[in-house]
Amino acid sequence: MTTTWTRIRPVLLGALGVGLVVAVWDLYKAFGPEEGVRLGERTLILPRTTDLAMPHSWEMVQRFGEPVTSLAGSPTAFEAVWDAGLFSLGLATRGWVIGVVIGLLLALVMCRFRIAESAILPWVVLSQTVPLIAIAPLVRRWGSQIDLFGHVWTSEDSVAVIAAYLAFFPVAVGALRGLKSPARTHLDLMHAYGVGWWRTLLVLRLPASVPFLLPALRLGAASAVVGAVVAEVSIGLKGGLGRMVIDYAQSASGDPAKPWAPIFGAVAIGLVAAGAVGLIGLALRPFRVTGAFR
Amino acid sequence: MKMSIHRSRGSARRTARLGAALALAGAVLAACGDDDGGSSSNVDVKADEDCAARTQEARDAGELTEVKLQLQWVSQAQFAGYYAAVAKCYYVDEGLDVTIVEGGVDIVPQDVLAAGDVDYAISWVPKVLGSIEQGARITNVAQIYERSATTQISFKDKGITEPADLAGKNVGSWGYGNEWELFAGMQDADVTLDDITLVQQAFDMNAFLAGDIDAAQAMTYNEYAQVLETVNPETGELYTADDLNVIDWIETGSAMLQDAIWAQTEKLSDTAYADQTVAFIKASIEGWAFVRDNPEEAAQIVTDSGSQLGASHQLWMTNEVNKLLWPSTNGVGTIDEAAWKQTVDIALGTQNETGATIISKAPPETAYTNEYVEKALAALEEDGVDTIGADYTPIEVTLAEGGK
Repeated sequence: MTTTWTRIRPVLLGALGVGLVVAVWDLYKAFGPEEGVRLGERTLILPRTTDLAMPHSWEMVQRFGEPVTSLAGSPTAFEAVWDAGLFSLGLATRGWVIGVVIGLLLALVMCRFRIAESAILPWVVLSQTVPLIAIAPLVRRWGSQIDLFGHVWTSEDSVAVIAAYLAFFPVAVGALRGLKSPARTHLDLMHAYGVGWWRTLLVLRLPASVPFLLPALRLGAASAVVGAVVAEVSIGLKGGLGRMVIDYAQSASGDPAKPWAPIFGAVAIGLVAAGAVGLIGLALRPFRVTGAFR
Repeated sequence: MKMSIHRSRGSARRTARLGAALALAGAVLAACGDDDGGSSSNVDVKADEDCAARTQEARDAGELTEVKLQLQWVSQAQFAGYYAAVAKCYYVDEGLDVTIVEGGVDIVPQDVLAAGDVDYAISWVPKVLGSIEQGARITNVAQIYERSATTQISFKDKGITEPADLAGKNVGSWGYGNEWELFAGMQDADVTLDDITLVQQAFDMNAFLAGDIDAAQAMTYNEYAQVLETVNPETGELYTADDLNVIDWIETGSAMLQDAIWAQTEKLSDTAYADQTVAFIKASIEGWAFVRDNPEEAAQIVTDSGSQLGASHQLWMTNEVNKLLWPSTNGVGTIDEAAWKQTVDIALGTQNETGATIISKAPPETAYTNEYVEKALAALEEDGVDTIGADYTPIEVTLAEGGK
């Protein structure tokens, strides 16, 4: 009985949370002022409740079942978002894998050599202050001049690289923190055993880094999804959700529920990405349990 | 504070879990690996069977020169002529294997062209004039759009029928180089930027429909239609043209030249590139002639290339874009000296909200030339293609709600 309850509870609470948001949305739409709530003359602090500004939640759901356009053979909005979501998720995954590999390597180097940490860490932090819209066209341009053993650089590669650019940061920082987390006494013990750096890494530092690494990987996954979608918008790659946001935004006036479809799609792939990383967490659970001491 | 490393307990289970996670990651990676083969960033234009076969044949025989065309925005009927020229093999007939590269929010076509990443680019003249002054070496080789499509629209009850009426109103603009015709029109009517409240406009017309913007910027082929695709809450019917006042910058004399084909200035002295430019312009104009004569099919070609616009909206755009080209005064693509001068004068004399102008001195002579388009038009005349369209009549397009 209790076990069933503990199992169902998170699902129920999750559903309740979503239901609450939907309820707030539609209640505000039903009872909120048509012209929104203003602070002074111009500042709108709560949105208008017109159908244009706030479509009913069920209209947005309904829109998924309707064809994208009236053309014969047009897929439903759900099918279109599904395909675009898979496409963006694929690019985000590529970006995430590249980002994780680079992030981990950087963390290892920084952990091994103190001088590397002083030299690299500021750059890692600096890298995230460069706006995405500034680097996206550059990546596409530089990429188009690259010829990797006959592999022709495509805009997809650019998007994956930009996703990686966002994803590597939390991984590098989180992994570094994790690798440096073992207590002095444990490191001294390893030293006393005469164990080398690599073996210490394997049996002490890496397991100890897991509790820091998991949230970092999850953050990285979320960043990769955001990076992929924004980069698609930025460089105009078609096929993914980013481009769909732009395309559907044009219908915002005549078909107000339509632009919400890719937004929900982006939320969905963000959840899938975070969930997939959660699976990795499941695999690393033993380390997480015994390693969490801070 | 206890840290222990279990090497024995649950090791097999852990390995299995890790394996499962890795397998999942692998599956996702493999899935996106498959995607690579099917799609690329470049537009895949659906050619009819005959053209597809001919393209492949010519490709295999190595008869085609690869050419990249950078668009100013994503695939839509604004660029229908180029898509039609690919789909109908006009480019292949000229020995060109054209790849259409779509634009994006942060892609500046003239920069991509000046950097040599593409062979030609489509962009508005005023936007490029600024780049040329900053050192971009590119040349307008064909002025495809003879007329500007930018207008400022407002609901009838606002009483805005001419630029002078904009004073004291909330005036919408997209900015990013799309604002100059508006500013020039206001300047001519002695309305300064202090007299209006400039409102940043988004991709949609919601701010206009909600009344936050009194007079909104609208392209005849896009945003104007977006309004007409929306239900008027008062009548329950779609808005109609009768609900709107339109300030047309062509009538007020502050219109500027828009979509043109740009080429790399220095490369034009290379005979091969010069000949290729003539061939490219020729096939592009032939594409636009096809769009004029077959607007429905042209709209379909654009939609097949991955444009997500609704069917009626796409057809509306095709029809409105046709009106910008046809009938043509001197043959499509010809750069009219007076229109060029008007564009340059406005670029020199119109100040934006920071007091800056687009350019500070007249552009170099290399900024435009009719040399290549004239050759292309002559060749088209020989082929019996009508490049004037004197008896062109637009079709009637009925917009559906949401442009569906």
